[in-house]
Amino acid sequence: MSEQDISESPDIRFVGVSKWFGDVVAVDKIDLSVERGAFFSFLGPSGCGKTTSLRLIAGFDQPTEGDVFISGTSVVGIPSHKRPVNMVFQNYALFPHMNVADNIAYGLRQRNPKPPKQEIAKRVDETLELVRLSGFGKRKSWELSGGQQQRVALARALINHPTVLLLDEPLAALDRKLRREMQMELQTLQREVGITFILVTHDQEEALSMSDRICIMREGQIIQSGSPRELYDEPVNRYVADFVGKTNFFNGKVVTANKSSISINSESCAVLVGVKSKGAPTPKIGSNACVAVRPEMISISAADEKDNHADIVIKGHVKNRIFLGEHSEYLIVTEGFGDVLVLSPKTNESNRRIFAPGDHVSISWMPEAVLVLEDT
Amino acid sequence: MLKNEDSKPNHWLTAALLMPTTMWFVFMLILPLIVILIFSFGERAAVGGYAASFTFEQYANLPSRLKAFQNTMIFAPIGTLLSLFMAYPLAYYLALRVDRRYKFILLVLVIVPFWTSLLIRTYAWIFILGGRGIPLMLEWIGIEGVRLVNTPGAVLIGIVYGYLPLMVFPIFVSLEKIDKNLLEASNDLGGTPFKTFMQITLPLSMLGVATGCMLVFILLMGEFLIPAFLGGGKVFFIGNALVDLFLQSRNWPFGSAVSVTLVVIMLITVSLYMRLTMRTKTGRDESLM
Repeated sequence: MSEQDISESPDIRFVGVSKWFGDVVAVDKIDLSVERGAFFSFLGPSGCGKTTSLRLIAGFDQPTEGDVFISGTSVVGIPSHKRPVNMVFQNYALFPHMNVADNIAYGLRQRNPKPPKQEIAKRVDETLELVRLSGFGKRKSWELSGGQQQRVALARALINHPTVLLLDEPLAALDRKLRREMQMELQTLQREVGITFILVTHDQEEALSMSDRICIMREGQIIQSGSPRELYDEPVNRYVADFVGKTNFFNGKVVTANKSSISINSESCAVLVGVKSKGAPTPKIGSNACVAVRPEMISISAADEKDNHADIVIKGHVKNRIFLGEHSEYLIVTEGFGDVLVLSPKTNESNRRIFAPGDHVSISWMPEAVLVLEDT
Repeated sequence: MLKNEDSKPNHWLTAALLMPTTMWFVFMLILPLIVILIFSFGERAAVGGYAASFTFEQYANLPSRLKAFQNTMIFAPIGTLLSLFMAYPLAYYLALRVDRRYKFILLVLVIVPFWTSLLIRTYAWIFILGGRGIPLMLEWIGIEGVRLVNTPGAVLIGIVYGYLPLMVFPIFVSLEKIDKNLLEASNDLGGTPFKTFMQITLPLSMLGVATGCMLVFILLMGEFLIPAFLGGGKVFFIGNALVDLFLQSRNWPFGSAVSVTLVVIMLITVSLYMRLTMRTKTGRDESLM
């Protein structure tokens, strides 16, 4: 394969890849490709096949069928120590009998021929600086805090300049505040080094905030992949809508349907009109459908107030209000639609009323805010 | 304060719980050692046994048992190393390679020989290595004149056979404790399987290796059964000399002097060994916890 082909092919490509463990399927005939320099995430609950997919790239497992390509070259059958990818493990997997510098230098020392001592030392120092751990080289890995260990693990992988960096739930063991910091740091780092990052996570917030592209998995299959915004605004089904962000769901029967809009008849006989999700097929009239409304798309007003812009108005009363700093979450008990979650930003509260539990309110939204989904 | 009130009865409880062990050690270990030390400066009574005296005669006589000391000091380290080389691959296989389903069964198989006494099992080896055992089978395929029993080789075979489980288990435990992610991390960073073994697996299992070697070595220093059965009087250890001195010639003071010397040699070797292994792995144990 010529130089030209390699530079144009995606860094990672799966073609009909399956992985069976005994008679359990972990990854079920998936196809995907990850572009060069992307920050890509596998998102899904535990057991959805995301970690197995990562291990197939790393070479710890071999696919039962299908083909895995790294930079356009099939790597099936090639052991992990010959692959140009490096992994950051969930538990960091730092070598306990080596200090920080030796841990980081490990990859360079495995090369044949081994680089000269001074060069290794220089690269280690540079990499320590990159992860903001200058001067920590002589420390024992188990003397460091979780966040510092995390950075050593990153440095140990990055020093090898891998084609792709694999991250297996790298932030799961950190506390919330540190996790936020590391998310930012990882993003900055990724832009700095220009290496393709592939992240595995069950934390949708983490995936949404860091990735360019996300692949949502369930039971070994890819349910949807796209940019965070696509997944959030145009989920293909209820599973994705439910997994990515918070959503209110209403079930009902389809009354009318055309190319772009659909109306459904809910349990309470009120008719909800919605815009069809781009990828979803047009449902048959009379079939079951589910409409989803994101809590931040719903506005809330006092029961007697009139909102002229909104087409859909539902009455109810406040059951609960949770103050979350930058915004508040209201749980509204509606007449016939069950409980509805409403997210009200703080800016609205300064010039609008703050509602207390028991207050009678009306909630409203525009038809564009409603997504009609396959009920899966 | 509440804490002090709590801790007082706990002291008593601790003491009470430690009492049986303490008594056992005092009466079964410390006192006998003192008795042996006293005996070693005494004289042999006319009818055998001990006659009170204070003389260094017994210690001056030690060179007459030089061969037994030499044999022990040669066979104990060699036997320990042989057991290690046999045990490590087995422990490695059991800890890292074998299918989870068979692991337990295989571990039990390692222990099963312990259900029969070592005496009987060693006796069985006399027949296996004897004229109608392996040498006969070798004759069938044309190799004649092989002598196995009553040779140093037979003693070593007996040692490895008898002590293998003691070596396997500590190594198995330390290998199994290794986080498998570390091995994958090494592979991932470009370490070939061989380099991964040398740089990660082996160093992280050294604690088990050290423990196993220590256990086997200490027990080998006092061994007498295997050389007696399989060495046929040609290969004899200090243990055999002691049996001879105490039970046959009833020279208790000389036997005591040999025992005291053995204890001293053992203390020196073991403490040197401890010093050596401790230095090379300071701190690592904490991280393994």
